[in-house]
Amino acid sequence: MIEIENLSVGYDAPVLDRLSATIDEGELCLVIGPTGSGKSTLLGAISARVPHLTGGRVAGRVRIDGRDTRQHRPRDLADLVGVVGQDPAATFTTDVVEDELAFTMEQLGVPEPLMRRRLEDVLDLLDLAELRRRPLATLSGGQAQRVAIGAVLTAQPRVLVLDEPTSALDPAAAEDVLAALARLVHDAGVTVVLAEHRLERVVGFADRVISLTPTPDGATAAVGAPAEVLARAAVAPPVTRLGRLAGWEPLPLTVRDARRAAGDLRTRLGSAVVPRTPAPGEELLRADRLRVTYGSVVAVRDVDLSVPAGQILALTGRNGAGKSSLLWALAGALPPTAGRVRAGGRVALVPQSPEDLLFRLTVVAECAAADPPGESGATRTLLDELAPGVPGEVNPRDLSEGQRLALALAVQLAPGATVLLLDEPTRGLDYGAKARLAEVLIGLRDAGHAVVVASHDVEFLAQVAGRIVQLADGQVVTDGPARTVLTDSALTAPQVARVLAPVPLLSVAEVAAALAGR
Amino acid sequence: MTTLAAEHNDSLRSTGHPLAWWAWAAGCAVAASRVGNPVVLVLLLLAVVLVALARRPAGPWHRALEAGLLLGAVVVLVRTGFYLLLGLPDSSPVLVTLPTIELPAWFSNVSLLGEVHVAGLVQAAVAGLALAVLIVTVGAVNAVASPRRALRSLPASLHHLGSAAVIAVSAAPQLLTAARRVRRAQRLRGQPARGLRGLAATLIPVLAGALDQALDLAASMDSRGYARAQRGGSRLVGAALVIALLAAAAGGYGLLAATGATTLSAVLLAGGVLLAVGASVLASRSVRRTRYRAEPWGWPETVITTCGVLAAATAWVGVILDPAGLGPWRLSTGWPGLPLLALGILAAAAVPAFLPDREGR
Repeated sequence: MIEIENLSVGYDAPVLDRLSATIDEGELCLVIGPTGSGKSTLLGAISARVPHLTGGRVAGRVRIDGRDTRQHRPRDLADLVGVVGQDPAATFTTDVVEDELAFTMEQLGVPEPLMRRRLEDVLDLLDLAELRRRPLATLSGGQAQRVAIGAVLTAQPRVLVLDEPTSALDPAAAEDVLAALARLVHDAGVTVVLAEHRLERVVGFADRVISLTPTPDGATAAVGAPAEVLARAAVAPPVTRLGRLAGWEPLPLTVRDARRAAGDLRTRLGSAVVPRTPAPGEELLRADRLRVTYGSVVAVRDVDLSVPAGQILALTGRNGAGKSSLLWALAGALPPTAGRVRAGGRVALVPQSPEDLLFRLTVVAECAAADPPGESGATRTLLDELAPGVPGEVNPRDLSEGQRLALALAVQLAPGATVLLLDEPTRGLDYGAKARLAEVLIGLRDAGHAVVVASHDVEFLAQVAGRIVQLADGQVVTDGPARTVLTDSALTAPQVARVLAPVPLLSVAEVAAALAGR
Repeated sequence: MTTLAAEHNDSLRSTGHPLAWWAWAAGCAVAASRVGNPVVLVLLLLAVVLVALARRPAGPWHRALEAGLLLGAVVVLVRTGFYLLLGLPDSSPVLVTLPTIELPAWFSNVSLLGEVHVAGLVQAAVAGLALAVLIVTVGAVNAVASPRRALRSLPASLHHLGSAAVIAVSAAPQLLTAARRVRRAQRLRGQPARGLRGLAATLIPVLAGALDQALDLAASMDSRGYARAQRGGSRLVGAALVIALLAAAAGGYGLLAATGATTLSAVLLAGGVLLAVGASVLASRSVRRTRYRAEPWGWPETVITTCGVLAAATAWVGVILDPAGLGPWRLSTGWPGLPLLALGILAAAAVPAFLPDREGR
């Protein structure tokens, strides 16, 4: 279906280096690799956006169902290739679900009776019938992403290209979207090419994996069956890394596979010493009966919370549960309707889109502006500790997601904050960047900061959190030590915990430490 | 979530074909620019507001009416403000005398502030009022038939232009949301910067984000086949359309401004419209696209359109038949009455308020 022959792409610097791959009809092909390794470029080449919209030097050939992307513009492939991006709202062209689903068909000149029938089919396939007349602006993230997928499916493309479709969704919504994708592959025989950071969610569905490894001459690719490629790939989900550590053969891709292979490991770890989280210090931030309302909607409902120094507290809960509102109120940036917040020091908040904080033209200028009086260079020093090697004369917008987050952190921490609040910091970060962020947060905790992280990312929280507060409908439903809360549920626990239950270990690093300690 | 449910139900209803509403609005606008009687103008304004209040559906364009009213008020204030500042003296009594600001001699005959005459002030306010009625009419029609729906109903030849305009229109509220988000985020960094620097601090992230989003959207539309159906050879048709629109605009202005040359204006307008229709038909042949659930045209649409035409025609003929009652009005002629013909204009403008919505689309 998709033939890629010796594809090389370069802009100022080379991005892809002589990449060859064949993807057969009806396959789900996963594209993995660290940030900046050219995943989006590869997907762009398949949808003909590279080079028609991006420019750049392109050598080699990409053919979709025999059509060469050099001669066919993206619009000429609209009946063959459907493209879904990260942010569905950014790609909507109409204002009601039904109209959005019909847009592509209108462009292709599909006759109206056929258009109606296909639209009904897609409404059923993606379970959107309830939403058909809803304004797009009122949809939740998962619903919007399903509409975006539906909007390209109505044209009945034979290839679907998705660039990180779940990165902005909470776990339940992401499951929804991925289940819809799996159904498309199995029932409709659509060929799917998918780039995704959080491999643990999708690798179980994949038939083929293209793993990109950046080199100075552009990324090279390893192509093959998931187990083969992941055995060597730089990025792999926790179960697979656990399998590598334990030397399992074949390498497990899902919790189910790993659980079946793990009997021996569980007995070996039976009496493992559980690592201790350091005891927290004095209270740095306190909320009493905190309530935040928007009009008639109560976002935060009488929350009591105490955050001590030397602790990383994780706020979890589905989208709309009140996590962001609580963080903004704790930061003193959102006046609460009732109750109060007391802070023993400066509170810094890094919002969900850190680029909103940054507006100067270079990293140097941002750092200089954030320096506290009399301490010029303090921010830059801090930035170098958080993320060594961020170039100074670059526009913050051109940094990688991880570097930009580090810059926002440095800018917010430099004026001497003792409490750090982060709203969904792992959005768009690859495994490497997440591991570095975890180190940074643990470093801050050990230096006596109080850290509050709102996140859906259980695997990340398993690495850092000492305590978990779960919100639902603006109220605290759970407040307890991370290890207890995370191993409580068989469905939402981190992968390692699910494989090893009842052994209460949360991450591959902990397993490695426990094995080495024996 | 009662608001959601309400919106949901509301989007099941349709207020009618957007082009019918625009015909009604055009009729009201012609009437407003023809009539000089302030009483009729005020009543016309009320009729338009009544229609908008009765018929506007919930949705993102709901508040276009309020925006129109606000802008209208600003226009009246600015118009009278300019009279206070620059107004020429007339023979009517002086209301108040403001201190005069003398300008250098080479500004012959112009002085700032000075004496304020009653007649001039009222005249300025009435002129502002006529403009305000126009603006409120545009606000009202946008509230009743959202511009997105209107642009969707354009003929196929204008489809691509229309889609682009729709998207540009919907970018404006997004920019506002983004600006609010950025301001809020930057307050986290401490004292927000004021003045030019503060403006730059908001504008740079908002515009950079908007640009990224626009590129995303363009790429997405390309991948979804936008502009794909257009075959070559439409350049001539496009040029003809532009010329036609310019001619029609010039003709329309000439007619409304009523500064002599009425015949020439009428010819220009008619020629422009003819050319536009012809070019549209030609261009539509070269565009292969279909429309999902095109808005149907039923008797309510015909009534709405007829109301617009009637309002315009009554005003047009009325000014000729009864120049004292409907035409330009001066303070010196005394309190303006409400001639019988004016009731016809008002009735025609207000009737669409009482038509039923169509169930479902």
